[in-house]
Amino acid sequence: MRKLVYVMIVLLALVHQDFWWWDRIDPLVFGFIPIGLAYQAGVSIAAAALWAMAVKYCWPEGLVSEQGADTPLTGGDA
Amino acid sequence: MSAGMIAVVVVACYLALLLVLGLFSNFFFRGTASDYFLASRGIGSFLLLMSLFGTTMTAFALVGSSGEAFKGGIGVYGKMASWSGIVHSACFFLIGIKLWSFGAKYGYVTQIQFFRDRFDSDKIGLVLFPILVGLVIPYLLIGVISSGTVIQNITGGAFPDLFPSANPRFNGAIPYWLGVAVICLVVLIYVFFGGVRGTAWANAFQTIVFMILGCVTFFAIADKMGGPVAATQLVRQYNPSKLKSTATAEDQKVYEQKLAAWEKDKKDAVIKPKKPESIAKLAFLSYMLIPLSVGMFPHLFQHWLTARSARSFRLPVIAHPIMIMIVWVPCVLIGVWATSAIVGGKPIIPPNFSNPNAVFVLMVKKMTGPVLGGFLAAGILAAIMSSLDSQFLCVGSIFTNDIVGHYLSHDRLTDRQRVLVGRLFVIAIVLVTYMIAIAWRKIGVFPMAVWCFSGFASLFPLVFASLYWKRVTKMGAYACVITAAVVWFVLFRESGWGANRTYLVGGMMPVATIIGCSTASLILVSLVTKPPSPATVEKFFGSKS
Repeated sequence: MRKLVYVMIVLLALVHQDFWWWDRIDPLVFGFIPIGLAYQAGVSIAAAALWAMAVKYCWPEGLVSEQGADTPLTGGDA
Repeated sequence: MSAGMIAVVVVACYLALLLVLGLFSNFFFRGTASDYFLASRGIGSFLLLMSLFGTTMTAFALVGSSGEAFKGGIGVYGKMASWSGIVHSACFFLIGIKLWSFGAKYGYVTQIQFFRDRFDSDKIGLVLFPILVGLVIPYLLIGVISSGTVIQNITGGAFPDLFPSANPRFNGAIPYWLGVAVICLVVLIYVFFGGVRGTAWANAFQTIVFMILGCVTFFAIADKMGGPVAATQLVRQYNPSKLKSTATAEDQKVYEQKLAAWEKDKKDAVIKPKKPESIAKLAFLSYMLIPLSVGMFPHLFQHWLTARSARSFRLPVIAHPIMIMIVWVPCVLIGVWATSAIVGGKPIIPPNFSNPNAVFVLMVKKMTGPVLGGFLAAGILAAIMSSLDSQFLCVGSIFTNDIVGHYLSHDRLTDRQRVLVGRLFVIAIVLVTYMIAIAWRKIGVFPMAVWCFSGFASLFPLVFASLYWKRVTKMGAYACVITAAVVWFVLFRESGWGANRTYLVGGMMPVATIIGCSTASLILVSLVTKPPSPATVEKFFGSKS
């Protein structure tokens, strides 16, 4: 599932290049949103859906800390 | 009461509310540096979402988006907004969560502290510091200059005796220097007292304000134009190319015919057609690289570290693209409608209008009442200030924790001293920014924004490799930073210091070349230099590595 989600995100980036609508106005979605703009708004909604899947199935592994604590400020060790 | 005075009253009430919020947040201040710079790592999902969104969306989201749509049509959404929805969330998910986790475990406050540890190099901070601060300051100036300009534009006629002007538009308006001073002072007060908690609260409030006002403005303007369907039909009639992502040869022909008709009979044709604009596919694709800047913004890094837990990132990662859509779609439509808006048989935007960034304000002024105009001004200022506050605080934090705290006092500052130094630096930075904003008032805001974002984006390979590539070395990191700085400088000069707004390299935005060079140097130099120590690899990638 993890790989599938990442593949879908790459696919979304590809279909973002919506050159097949580039010189079209119609259909007007809701009668006033040109198809090019409606499609890109759809890309935003799809992005939210895919990131929701990423949060569920691709949560980063091996985090050194999952729960925050009021850690003292060290300024780094180097 | 004049429209200018109504705007003054609305904006004054709004700024007073912000001050109350900032001062109220001071009641929760625990007196520690961790609390001042990181809100004791206690910010939950909703506040994190709002502060991240408010910080990444500047006035450009309201004013610039409609201006660019007025000029180039609906394509601006695909170029900037939907790419940002995909890439910003990717940065939060792939970069933000990991950095938060290291920050929580090892006590980092700034990016420089992380990079010092990750590359086991004390000196890398001295290379990164001038570059990061040098890129944040222009970003700060964009907001400060815009705020003074907005206040002057909307308060015309408010104080004719106090601020007389030969220019009728600005007669009685709050002068630029005073508008900038008021905004800087308000932000300074709530950042000074509230630290990052005050900033997060203020950002949440301001984000809600500018989202609501954007939507209300959209419906008010649509209503005045006879509904959204009628508004779009007018564009189809006069400027059909603006309803497409890019213009074709056919659009150019239609434009020439309509222009000839308009020149023949200006009264009958009503609207002077706008020149169609097109964009090459490669240039459109290369816009995806600009939002990578979010991975290296020092002020976002600081907001990431304020999260209560890794789970707090879930909501921002998912909701950010939707929030962008809610703000951008109405603004893009308003910009497109403005090309062909007619009320009472006359065009709303004059035929040879040459300032696209003023389109949104002009549409509101001419198509809604003075009260909504005042609220809209408050909304624009909200968008500006929600980025300014984080930037002031993060530059103060870098000076305090990296320069004074580490390099000058060798980590011997007490907690109280860190808070004091941090506050003093915030005051100093606000004063310096104010003086530069007064001196450089005429500087072009749009090119400054594009080149500033390109600079941050060109350092993205550094942060990505530091989190996902064990083999990246200290020398590879130096090579990446230096290459990015040199190539950025060369291309910036080639573009006439940003004057050439359509400057492309190989058909793509300059950022593509800079990222290509910085990535190549990072990989090549890392492969031929000594790998990082096993202790460093274990610290950041675990013992299994």
